[in-house]
Amino acid sequence: MLNKYPAWKNILILVVVILGFLYSLPNLYPDDPALQVSHELTELSAGDLPTIMSALEAAEVNFFGEEVDSESILIRLNNLDDQLRAKTAIEEALGDSYIVALNLAPTTPAWLQAMGAGKMNLGLDLQGGVHFLMEVDMDAALTRRMEDNLSNVRTILREQRIRSRGLNLISISHLEVRFANDDDRSQARSELVEGFPDLQFQSREAEGVFILDMRMTPAVALQIQTDTLQANRTTLLNRVDTLGVSEPTVQQQGSDRIVVELPGMQDPAQAIRILQRIATLEFHLESELGAPSLSYETYLYDGVPVNVDNDVVLQGDRISNAVYQLDQNSQPSVNLSLDAQGGNQMNRATRDNVNRRLDILLIETKSRTITTVNEAGEEVEDIEFYEDKELIMHATIIQALGRQFSITGLTAREASDLAPLIRSGSLAAPMTIVEQSVIGPSMGQENLDQGLLGVQVAAGLVVLFMLFYYRTFGMAANAALIMNILMIVAVMSSIIPATLTLPGIVGIVLTVGMAVDANVLIFTRIREELSEGAPAQKAIDAGYNRAFTTIIDANLTTFLVAAVLYTIGTGPVRGFAITLMIGIITSMFTAIVGTRAIVNLIYGGKSGKTLSIGSYRMKVKQDDLNIAAGK
Amino acid sequence: MLLTEKQIDFMGVRKIAGIGSIVLIIVSIVSLALNSLEFGLDFTSGTSVRLSYSEAVVVQDVNQTLRDNGYEDAVVVTFGSDRDIRILLPVDETVAIGEQAAQAVIVGESIAELLQSSSGSEISLLGSDYVSAKVGGELVESGGIGMLVALAIIMVYIAMRFQFKFSVGAVVALAHDLIITLGIFSLFRIEFNLNTLAALLAIIGYSLNDTIVVSDRIRENFRRLRKGTPLEMVNTSLNQTLSRTLITSLTTLLVLFSILFIGGESTQGFAVALIIGVVIGTYSSIYIASNVILYMNVTREDLMLPVKEGAELDDIP
Repeated sequence: MLNKYPAWKNILILVVVILGFLYSLPNLYPDDPALQVSHELTELSAGDLPTIMSALEAAEVNFFGEEVDSESILIRLNNLDDQLRAKTAIEEALGDSYIVALNLAPTTPAWLQAMGAGKMNLGLDLQGGVHFLMEVDMDAALTRRMEDNLSNVRTILREQRIRSRGLNLISISHLEVRFANDDDRSQARSELVEGFPDLQFQSREAEGVFILDMRMTPAVALQIQTDTLQANRTTLLNRVDTLGVSEPTVQQQGSDRIVVELPGMQDPAQAIRILQRIATLEFHLESELGAPSLSYETYLYDGVPVNVDNDVVLQGDRISNAVYQLDQNSQPSVNLSLDAQGGNQMNRATRDNVNRRLDILLIETKSRTITTVNEAGEEVEDIEFYEDKELIMHATIIQALGRQFSITGLTAREASDLAPLIRSGSLAAPMTIVEQSVIGPSMGQENLDQGLLGVQVAAGLVVLFMLFYYRTFGMAANAALIMNILMIVAVMSSIIPATLTLPGIVGIVLTVGMAVDANVLIFTRIREELSEGAPAQKAIDAGYNRAFTTIIDANLTTFLVAAVLYTIGTGPVRGFAITLMIGIITSMFTAIVGTRAIVNLIYGGKSGKTLSIGSYRMKVKQDDLNIAAGK
Repeated sequence: MLLTEKQIDFMGVRKIAGIGSIVLIIVSIVSLALNSLEFGLDFTSGTSVRLSYSEAVVVQDVNQTLRDNGYEDAVVVTFGSDRDIRILLPVDETVAIGEQAAQAVIVGESIAELLQSSSGSEISLLGSDYVSAKVGGELVESGGIGMLVALAIIMVYIAMRFQFKFSVGAVVALAHDLIITLGIFSLFRIEFNLNTLAALLAIIGYSLNDTIVVSDRIRENFRRLRKGTPLEMVNTSLNQTLSRTLITSLTTLLVLFSILFIGGESTQGFAVALIIGVVIGTYSSIYIASNVILYMNVTREDLMLPVKEGAELDDIP
């Protein structure tokens, strides 16, 4: 028979339907509102859980399903309203050094979780959460790099015994070295040119001084900015992880901004506490005895004052990794890896300084509120940024160091604290928060509920219409439509971990409206074939075949548009584009292959002449009437 | 429910339709130039006022108080705890940019006083800031580039699958739909926010879908039917696809109206934009794309197959 799918094709469709059903199932299990408690620095102690439980009982918050591991405690609550109250209660009971994060705990059965089936991630607009826009201080990144270059130039000149009359940083991309005569300058130039491929050299004379200008090219500056942004993003990701938020987003936006989205989180202050720990690292040598007092600054290390030389040996962004390890003698140590240039710099700085001390400064940009008096004499609160420097390592150089070296002689605790501190400090440039917004959980829930209701009503109306207009074929189209929604949900839940946003829901709804288009195209074609007198079986086959090219062309172009939107867009545009793309692919499968299978099952075996496809039957009657009337 | 065989002479009124569309486009462009768009807080700058209550806040009450006192466009959200709220206000255009930050402080204080007087709870003003819209500008820029890239890719694809004249037809129809939809937004002062931007992008997809279906039929008829002028062919094609065009528009509109009435406040702008877009897109797929194709003197030779390229595609389903 003409219209029969081979068994494997029917089985394939059945398997796809079952998979679609199973993988969209977890979305039916609502998450429990939960709190996640962890300590800022150390592991939790045994007494923490009882403290939390009695605090919650005192606050009259119902809770259940406590899960405890060494890192954190998870407590489930009955409703979202309790979450903030419970959080406050726990924070008061435990104190400042604990992190209490709002969270959602899944209730999906274990067998579904074992299959890898999960829920769709909900975007901030549907779940509530905190949104930050961080701006990276690119000038600072460039300045640091040039300062770094400056101190390297100084070292090289000193080593080569070339006398200079001063080194100056003119701008963030320009430094000059002054010489007494042309010979010194040309000697310096030939020594320096190889070591600084990133810089352009130029000579000039002014007021009898011979000057060598070194400038950073725009291309190099751009490269540094790109690398900086990438480094900052990575560091932010690591930091955000410590917040215990289930699905954080850390995304690059434009040339110097990073978007951080923390769904489920309701306390921006706490997030800021972690994110604002904007830190950079600098390696310095300990100042030598008798050095001029302007050449060093004094810091405390374990309560002991240490004089740290002002020259930067190495910037933190040269560190590629820092890990806590036990060395061959089972002693705790921190292993540092530097990049190639970092290794050279470190080697140059340490080979003549064995037995001196090497120091690491952790420089944090913090903000504080200050009150100033404005022109009108009113007091205005303003946020001021300041640098807080801390000496986090003070170690003796045993031998010349290179790209890989380790810091030993630490206790296990010191080593395990120092490694993440160095890692997070190797951030390439300071960042500031330029925008923050908080979406309350109730608002998110409201958006979600209304959006879902919209989908249901829309799907209901379309289903009724198709049934009414295309009868049995409409039923096939409706089955395909439901299958399509299941598949979109399944794909978004498990295969592509896409985030569902409000525009995303609308994207799904729109797919519902447009997905039936393929079936409308096919069915109108079948009707046309029938009205031209084709027998039922041939009409079905011809209808599907002829509509196929049209469907492919129409869907492929729309898919291309969605793909472009996804690549270029951000935020809501992306959310919309991803659902549209998934919807196009799944709807092509369900509307073409899925309905065909159903139609084949119903009509394929029969040799009957009539198809239940709506108004076509009336049309045949009309033709008959026309014939009868002798037209 | 019967769509009869009667041929509608769509292309008979092609001149009138063309002139009508040109007038609409000019009106839209003029309105966009004069009125610009009513950008929502997503795009514009604004003032953010942060308040802390001594007791839990009922957001609806705050909203009501603000509405009653002349802050119609204020958006209230809770932040941090159930006692802290943030109020977002659109930028006051009568104030110079340099003064905005100072103005924000004044607005913050007056709102704090206003809410204090209408609430039993103790309210403290945490801060009020002027938020600049640098972000919005970047987004508009990348959105615009996105649209241009999308248009270019569509043109290449259609030129490959159909013929260059069809690319021009499709892209003109797209531009037509986008400009008039934006024009309507500008003319009726409907708020343009991120959701509406997404809707505009959806209109591209929808309008294109419609145009391709019609073009596909025109191509098929040119190849299949031996007799008839291009104008007759286009008319036949439009009549053949009419029922599909209307049914798809109908199902899409069913969906959009249910979003408009049920989907909640935040998706209304989206639904309105799309409803406008779908209506215009349906019109343009009938009158604009085909009109442009005819205007460019499409001939049977344009669509003759050098080799039967669509052969393998035709046989798959």
